[in-house]
Amino acid sequence: MISVLTERCKECGICVTVCPTKVLEIGSARNRRGYRHAVPARPEKCIGCRLCEYNCPDFAIFVEVSAG
Amino acid sequence: MAVGHPLDPYLRVDRIPTMWCPGCGLGVVLGTLLRAVDRRIREGQLKRENVAFVGGIGCTARMSLYPLFDSAHVAHGRAIPFALGVKIVKPEMKMIVVGGDGDIAAIGGNHVLHALRRNADLLVVMVNNMVYGMTGGQLAPTTPRGLYTTTTPYGNPEKEINMVRLAAALGANYVARGSTTHPQLLEQMFYKALAKRGMAFVEVLSTCPEIFGRHIGFRNPADLYLELRKRVVVKARPSVEESDYSWEKGFVLGEYVDRDEPGYIDVYSEYLSRVLGSGG
Repeated sequence: MISVLTERCKECGICVTVCPTKVLEIGSARNRRGYRHAVPARPEKCIGCRLCEYNCPDFAIFVEVSAG
Repeated sequence: MAVGHPLDPYLRVDRIPTMWCPGCGLGVVLGTLLRAVDRRIREGQLKRENVAFVGGIGCTARMSLYPLFDSAHVAHGRAIPFALGVKIVKPEMKMIVVGGDGDIAAIGGNHVLHALRRNADLLVVMVNNMVYGMTGGQLAPTTPRGLYTTTTPYGNPEKEINMVRLAAALGANYVARGSTTHPQLLEQMFYKALAKRGMAFVEVLSTCPEIFGRHIGFRNPADLYLELRKRVVVKARPSVEESDYSWEKGFVLGEYVDRDEPGYIDVYSEYLSRVLGSGG
């Protein structure tokens, strides 16, 4: 499961770029600081590679791989 | 929804979001560093209360304010002598010095020189974004030749400093170069560096889209990220000669030096026991 802590996102778009299956995109909703934060638009495509989690500079994304 | 980020236990979450610009690579460096520290703590090789972060002045040095560990924010360029002072008094500490290319290679250049020569028992993380970001994008000693900055509008005519070659020449036990575009590799380097005695020097190439990217035509964080990723090559055992970089030639990542010579603390404890133990 992929989670975005929207209030931490700064709309840099690196997660959208690194995701190999295009799970994430920049949405239209804005957070309290005015950034259009990333949203997991196609979460069913997530393969759990965690590239977004590792490459997010703002500790805003994390992926939990469910067991089994 | 109440779950937090896996690194939250190591962060002063009340200070997040960080002060860094959108797309700045420093958050990636901090994240990988904390993951490496976390692995060492979980494996029982490191105690949490024995880890401390020291930073001087600059965007990178502000990194010392975010981890939930002991930390110090000291004078510009003086993070290394501060950390070494703590290490001498409390040798059980694992001192992590974080600084930018300005803090460590420019104003702190003389300190890093002698800490390397002494093989001081520190982990020095030098984040190289190839520009002075905080002060507005002036030419740094690490700026590759030919690139545009605020103070070199016709391109940088000077040769860039290669800290990997310097660190290898002066005798650090571990010298590596990573990049924020390869965070898993970077975590491995930090993980390994945390267990070394003597000096571990890790240079990290990072992106500064707001200041550096703006002048060279990659204002968008993702564009600069992809551009840097295109220009780095990972090598298993690169020679020190391969560490010379330029914007055209690119950057070689890897572990340049990995040796196990006695560190500063070892040398001095041996010296003290010899001098004091002789009975006098």
